[in-house]
Amino acid sequence: MKFTLSWLKEHLDTTASIDEIAEALTDLGLEVEGIVDPASKLKSFTIAKVVEAVQHPDADRLRVCKVMTDEGEKQIVCGAPNAREGITVVLAKPGDYVPGLDVTLSVGKIRGVESHGMMASERELELSEEHNGIIELPSGEVGDKFVDWLAANRPEAVDPVIEIKITPNRPDALGVHGVARDLAARGLGTLKAVKDVTVAGGFASPIKVVIAPEVAEKAPFFSGRVIRGVKNGPSPDWLQKRLTAIGLRPINTLVDITNLFTFDLNRPLHVFDADKVKGDLTVRASVEGEELLALDGKTYGFAPGTMIIADENGPESIAGIMGGEHSGCSDETVNVFLESAYWDPIAIATVGRALKINSDARYRFERGVDPAFTQPGLELATKLILDLCGGEASNVVTAGAVPDTSRSYKLEPARVISLVGMEIPEAEQRRTLEALGFRLEGDQAHVPSWRPDVLGSADLVEEVARIASLTKLQGQPLPRPRAGVPQPVLTPLQTREKAARRMAASLGYNECVTYSFIDGAAAELFGGGREAVRIENPISSEMTHMRPDLLPGLLAAAARNQARGFMDLSLFECGPVFSGGEPGEQDLHLSGILVGATAPRDPFASRRKVDIYDAKADAEAILQIIGAPAKAQINRKLDAWWHPGRAGNIALGPNVLATFGEIHPKVLRHFGIKGTVVAFTIRIAAVPLPKVKTPSRPALALADLQAVERDFAFVVDGNVEALTLVNAATGADKALIERVSVFDQFTGLEGGKKSIAITARLQPKDKTLTDAEIEAVSAKIVEKVTKATGGTLRG
Amino acid sequence: MSDLTTLRQSYLDRISGAADGDALEQVRLGALGKKGEISGMMKELGRMTPEERQTRGADLNRLKDEIDAALRARKQGLEDAALDARLKEEWLDVTLPGRPRGQGTIHPVSQVTEEVTAIFADMGFRVAEGPQIESDWFNFDALNIPPEHPARQEHDTFFMARAEDDPRPPHVLRTHTSPVQIRAMQASGAPIRVIAPGRVYRMDMDQTHSPMFHQVEGLALGKDISMANLKWTLEEFCRAFFEVDNVELRFRASHFPFTEPSAEVDIRCSWEGGKLTIGEGNSWLEILGSGMVHPKVLAAAGIDSNEWQGFAFGMGIDRIAMLKYGIPDLRAFFESDLRWLRHYGFAAGDVPSVAGGLSR
Repeated sequence: MKFTLSWLKEHLDTTASIDEIAEALTDLGLEVEGIVDPASKLKSFTIAKVVEAVQHPDADRLRVCKVMTDEGEKQIVCGAPNAREGITVVLAKPGDYVPGLDVTLSVGKIRGVESHGMMASERELELSEEHNGIIELPSGEVGDKFVDWLAANRPEAVDPVIEIKITPNRPDALGVHGVARDLAARGLGTLKAVKDVTVAGGFASPIKVVIAPEVAEKAPFFSGRVIRGVKNGPSPDWLQKRLTAIGLRPINTLVDITNLFTFDLNRPLHVFDADKVKGDLTVRASVEGEELLALDGKTYGFAPGTMIIADENGPESIAGIMGGEHSGCSDETVNVFLESAYWDPIAIATVGRALKINSDARYRFERGVDPAFTQPGLELATKLILDLCGGEASNVVTAGAVPDTSRSYKLEPARVISLVGMEIPEAEQRRTLEALGFRLEGDQAHVPSWRPDVLGSADLVEEVARIASLTKLQGQPLPRPRAGVPQPVLTPLQTREKAARRMAASLGYNECVTYSFIDGAAAELFGGGREAVRIENPISSEMTHMRPDLLPGLLAAAARNQARGFMDLSLFECGPVFSGGEPGEQDLHLSGILVGATAPRDPFASRRKVDIYDAKADAEAILQIIGAPAKAQINRKLDAWWHPGRAGNIALGPNVLATFGEIHPKVLRHFGIKGTVVAFTIRIAAVPLPKVKTPSRPALALADLQAVERDFAFVVDGNVEALTLVNAATGADKALIERVSVFDQFTGLEGGKKSIAITARLQPKDKTLTDAEIEAVSAKIVEKVTKATGGTLRG
Repeated sequence: MSDLTTLRQSYLDRISGAADGDALEQVRLGALGKKGEISGMMKELGRMTPEERQTRGADLNRLKDEIDAALRARKQGLEDAALDARLKEEWLDVTLPGRPRGQGTIHPVSQVTEEVTAIFADMGFRVAEGPQIESDWFNFDALNIPPEHPARQEHDTFFMARAEDDPRPPHVLRTHTSPVQIRAMQASGAPIRVIAPGRVYRMDMDQTHSPMFHQVEGLALGKDISMANLKWTLEEFCRAFFEVDNVELRFRASHFPFTEPSAEVDIRCSWEGGKLTIGEGNSWLEILGSGMVHPKVLAAAGIDSNEWQGFAFGMGIDRIAMLKYGIPDLRAFFESDLRWLRHYGFAAGDVPSVAGGLSR
């Protein structure tokens, strides 16, 4: 919403400066988005007089002038044809910035003659496009500020344009009058009342208006009248300038008047060329196949039921949104039908959205114009048409009735003070509301018809608070809910998420945050992509489905980084994945991927390709930090995106805590990734929480007796899993065997067999083991392992 | 006596002349070994008179101790020399790099979320969470945004597909973290203090917008919590978060359907030299929206607005991260460019806390 300072002053009697007004507007909730003050770039220029102008010795077109300025006589070289003795000019001195040239002047030498400044043209000062010569002022004294001269003689040239942002609850501020009302309530001046005018009709309107029953609720009130014998054409200068200043293009007087009312009083109007209207005007629902060439030059086809204004020819206007080209007013219009109506905001919003028309009328009607001003607006506009175009007005024809919006809410001054936390006396609260147009009766505040947003006592609080100024509000300490050391606030799951994330980073992974929506094909590869998780209106074809897993986002990130030449990657993400389209069908994962090699090349041969045991170790480290039990099982009931032979689940029975392994080559191909990728996914919420939380640890049990370690190597089939050996060996003597671990593996033996070496640590509890006892346990280990694996002890 | 003096000198000379451990051992055996010269002289003491024995024995013992000490000293000297020689050989190039260790990073969004959490935890706010696929009731209606409200259109909402035989309105991707307010109030009633950080979604993508970004919502309800308390809370937050002593906030009247009165909050800043400095200068930067919770919102969450009142606020996590750490481009947050992650990321050990400071 734009307006000029002088326009505002037509509604507000004020001496406030532009800065004071801007500050108040922003504070009031009418945020100033920009001020264009033409005076600000003209401040340095002064008025001067040419006392002598002689031909430049070396240039035909140049003159050397002696110019009387506020700093004495100066020599200026000038190329303008009208530079001559005796004229009053606008002077730019060395050091001044000339906006139209975008240069800062300095003392120059032009063809060997020094020049101390310049005399400016209109275009050089961005006053107009005029550049045939320098400005010749009809008045003004040497040394006067040029802006002061403009303010006195051409005020519109230095009239600041203010642009404000209007929140959707404030349709009343979509007219300059409403803005002035807020400022007056704040105390920045006095609101000038809108004139109450009635123009008596001299004849019966030949065009009648009708509201069809099917749109009665959407079109509560429709009024208008014919004005005959008008003389249309370009509107007067003041009106054109006013519209031009806020970026509107003057069309003709009738149309310009409707635009003026839209921005001045938030009263959109429409003018029909009465001679193009056949029969009466009916507000009705459109029927199949109807369309209209609108004033924006586009043809709109209407879905049946769209509210339109039609005559016997068919649609003439999209009610409340845009008129039609056929019955629009042109310079030739002699008889005009002036429409002023009140439309239901939701109805206008619905049609406007469906037709994708953003007009000033739609913008206002869908937010809510003042229904009570429908007829006063019509009368005022009639008067202005008669004043500017002449003619004779008919009587007013109406259909429907102005809706009754009267309502009142209780003003509770103490509650206002309690909610805002500011001492605003009751008298001031009442004064504020009255200044905004509320009528107070006891503690009841009656809402003015132009404030559809005020729908309860809470809205009264807001009005009082914003007029009192929230900028002035002083902060008051908010005491802690309980005195003393704050209690922890994170849930166990939140703590785990944080710990898991920190652990992943400390293991060398870079955290990514990727989009929650991915493309359908990628989603399908990871068990998703169903209709329930599809986004109806995606912003791009890459973002159509909620992600079922974090890995697709990470794999896409890996491919992008590979394309940039980064081949060794450790990336992770911790965030939501979606199993369905209902609220809550959401889980928290942490996934990491490793691509390329473990390290850059170095003198110690550290570099090797990443493998699944890297991913497994990292998964286990993260599981440990979030409290997963140390003894989980490994199974191979894998999801399809894992390599079937090179991945495993870490599980507690059927509860899968994590998966690690190589990503399936087909998946990698889809993402265009070079080389293999090993990865892990941790289902953070699947890790069971401890049944009781206690900070105390179990007592440390230390054995005094020395432990004994014995090594064994077994030759087994290639597909025997190491864990089978370890579990079998551990089971040989659960009391004595503290730990069994694999310390070597050698594959590729004859017949596809392999050798696995384990070490068993025996921890005696009561007495030192004898050789015989050690031998006995060893024999049992060999027996258990060979039985469990079908392997043999390696000789 | 003189025989012992000579003997002593002869041994001391041989000890100091021993070139290595073996030679020294030979000297020791010659003097103090079982068949050594001094040992042999000790054996002869038995044949002497008690008087002779007394003087001779004392002399011999002194000699023996002296030789023994000299032997030890020489041995130590030889060992030191050997070690010195070895150390001279043991030279490594210390300018070679250490063994590589991966440098992981924490994303700025996670880091700043933890910073915000640390500050509000100290003021008694717990962390609430809610679903990101949300019903339109929680995302809009409960927050006093009825279906026809213009604000509903301005939210640029993503809608989930809805099966044709399902009459319910489509679910949405939450457009703000505000629905978590409703869920938190429904779950635990009043009084309450929560913050709700998380992902939100808007159908908007250009230089400064991303279809996904992060917000943190705040909510405090009590018997007499006022807008003045809100202002103080946000001032304290900004002082702590931006780590500057002088923070000045400007509350500007505004409109949000779910708060009344509503205020947009600007922070005083300077853009001098193209660099943002919080707390000084003559510019104002909008950082968040806030207000007193609307009675209709309280009602939707089952809370009696005659008994309870309080404030709510919401701000962009990515945005305050950009402001605090000078990160220029929002969209780069979600591109996972390794160079960006390394440059703007945080070390695993940089855990923000109120006690230890939020950033290094």
